[in-house]
Amino acid sequence: MSDLPTFLGKDLIGLEELSREQIVAILDTAEAFKEISERAIKKVPVLRGKTIVNLFFEASTRTRISFEFAEKRLSADTVNIASSGSSVQKGESLVDTARNLEAMRIDMVVIRHASSGSARFLAERIPSNVVNAGDGRHEHPTQGLLDMLTMRDHRGRIEGLKVCIVGDVLHSRVARSNIWGLVKLGAEVGVCAPRTLLPVEIEALGVKVFDRVEAAIEWADVLNVLRLQLERMQAGFVPSLREYNRLFGISRERIERTGRDILILHPGPMNRGVEIDSDVADGPHSVILDQVTNGVAVRMAVLFLLAGGAPERAEAAKGGA
Amino acid sequence: MGTTRNDRNNVPILLRGGRVIDPSTGIDTVADVLLADGVVKDASQELGVPDGADVRDVSGLIVCPGLIDVHVHLREPGGEHKETIRTGALAAVAGGFTAVCAMPNTDPPVDDPAAVGFVSAQGLRSGGARVYPTGAVSVGQRGKRLTQIGEMVDAGAVAITDDGRPVRTAGLMRLALSYARTLGIPVASHCEDTSLSRGGSMNEGIMSTRLGIIGIPNAAEDVMIARDILLAELTGGRLHIQHVSTRRGVEMIRQAKARGIAVTAEGTPHHFTLTDAAVEGYRTEAKVNPPLRSAADRDAVIEGVADGTLDVIATDHAPHHYDEKEQAFDDAPFGLIGLETALGLTISELVEKGALTLPQLVERMSCAPAKAFALEGGTLRRGSPADVTVFDPAVEWQVDPTAFRSKSRNTPFGGRMLRGRACLTIVDGCVVHDTTAGRATEPA
Repeated sequence: MSDLPTFLGKDLIGLEELSREQIVAILDTAEAFKEISERAIKKVPVLRGKTIVNLFFEASTRTRISFEFAEKRLSADTVNIASSGSSVQKGESLVDTARNLEAMRIDMVVIRHASSGSARFLAERIPSNVVNAGDGRHEHPTQGLLDMLTMRDHRGRIEGLKVCIVGDVLHSRVARSNIWGLVKLGAEVGVCAPRTLLPVEIEALGVKVFDRVEAAIEWADVLNVLRLQLERMQAGFVPSLREYNRLFGISRERIERTGRDILILHPGPMNRGVEIDSDVADGPHSVILDQVTNGVAVRMAVLFLLAGGAPERAEAAKGGA
Repeated sequence: MGTTRNDRNNVPILLRGGRVIDPSTGIDTVADVLLADGVVKDASQELGVPDGADVRDVSGLIVCPGLIDVHVHLREPGGEHKETIRTGALAAVAGGFTAVCAMPNTDPPVDDPAAVGFVSAQGLRSGGARVYPTGAVSVGQRGKRLTQIGEMVDAGAVAITDDGRPVRTAGLMRLALSYARTLGIPVASHCEDTSLSRGGSMNEGIMSTRLGIIGIPNAAEDVMIARDILLAELTGGRLHIQHVSTRRGVEMIRQAKARGIAVTAEGTPHHFTLTDAAVEGYRTEAKVNPPLRSAADRDAVIEGVADGTLDVIATDHAPHHYDEKEQAFDDAPFGLIGLETALGLTISELVEKGALTLPQLVERMSCAPAKAFALEGGTLRRGSPADVTVFDPAVEWQVDPTAFRSKSRNTPFGGRMLRGRACLTIVDGCVVHDTTAGRATEPA
């Protein structure tokens, strides 16, 4: 770790704390790093000698593997710690886990945890860099960044784009990171869900609310479709998955009715036939797999910048300088 | 702690030249107060010095009936790592309180006469404030069957309450209010519909939306306040509504009082000082139930305390071990401690800002609590218990949690500058807290 403040600061906790310039710089850096994953030998020595711990208190396949690829392609040494169940049920507290890791002299921690604020909690207690890989219902900043990179790739800009987030915004860290990032970059943001799945005063974050998905689709250039977890139905937020699909599901018919080329994103994992129909997920409007590809590049960029890399040095770093 | 209060209260104490404020008798004047044989002997100008009296010059200070906190959690039995009855009673006198009412949500809960007796006995041994037990409304706080309320009252319980585990069904609450009426004690109600607050950890609003924390809407409190007021009206029982945090709650209580319903209510220093902005950064010290709410709610609580709708200032002193608060926000327990900051916060936030006069402060922190829970004290009338608080309303000090007498440190007010602090606390005619040693005293 450098003693000088890095371009991003010590940690990446959320997009709420980042400036527009910082977000754009991460996206630009990611753009430069994309090419590494296309090489035959997918490895550059940017983080050689750095030790990174992927601390996953919550089940995750996609995000954990994406981070791990990003770390390995930058030549970091990585350790994965997966622990399901809540931190309370576990014998050891989050703070003790962190202190033990610190005692082993690590450089960075990537944390996924079921409690909102846990990434910040960790960041305030250890000197290592902390990257939030999703904390409860709060933020999932690298997901927000990769969503924006994907939109920018396909539409050439974020500013002025109309993006509607459809689904369980109440419980979604992806939604919050998208809202902060997109609003900062000048997009117009909408949310669409049954009111039981919208947080109170969401409009104060600068978004408009759509009660009907047809109206949202009519308005939007981009739809970011959120996963509806089965627990939500069991907890009574929606009466049934069938009804949810009828009222809020993204179907081919609803997309085609607009006659426009709407971009469809989904952070995964998908419930096909619930929030999104298969022919949309696999159809021509979907950029869901591009999101996954971009995820690796965005995470490489974040790790590079947190480790003290300057955005303008990204190209040089790729060459091994 | 070898001697009991009864051994020591034989020495008469003469408090000389303080500003004596006692709303129960309408006194607010510079006078002397003489305490002897465990009671107030006299309060008037230029009292003579009895033989062997401990004469204290308290000029420039306020002398008032001992402060009473009707809402504290002393955690014993079962939570002795957070607080014991002894440490809690000592924290109380350090904060200027001469009596506290201990909530029954311990482990096991105080739900039978033996447990009530245990709390009383530990209180007597504490060497601090008087500790009045309260009993649970239902056996095991399970919300099914009423406890042996009459026997608990005989054993010393001064109220029954569901604090910590709200009574869910209106039917049981009706029975509790009716039965308690027979015995002449209040039912202290923690108003929360847990089906509305489910899973919530903070106020529902833009802050909870930003932090991604499940919010507790005002309505979770309001619907229960409404219910309990209607049940108090139905039964004629005495309802005491705890820690009111919402504007509608204050409004409903104001209307209920105007209708003549027997209802009293609390405002806490944290609810009249802070808003949910204090939770920013996932500060678990500010995680409390009911939660810190919006500025409009806080202002309504201030107004309620000022106009007497909220008759009583109480702390809801809720100690937690630092390990328990040193967790992610959702995982940390609710509660903050208040005994040692309440007087300073009330003076700084209400008196200094013009919402409350000093006599009104004494009314809310001593007279009204005594009246609401039918306790001795809350007055300097001749013959009443020698429970007296002397405080300096002007002294500035910084809150240092490491210096607390409480076993716990969980306060959102650490580092805050406050004005006003207790300097002499007398319980049953004995000095149990005294920081006047450094004061310049006149030569004898």
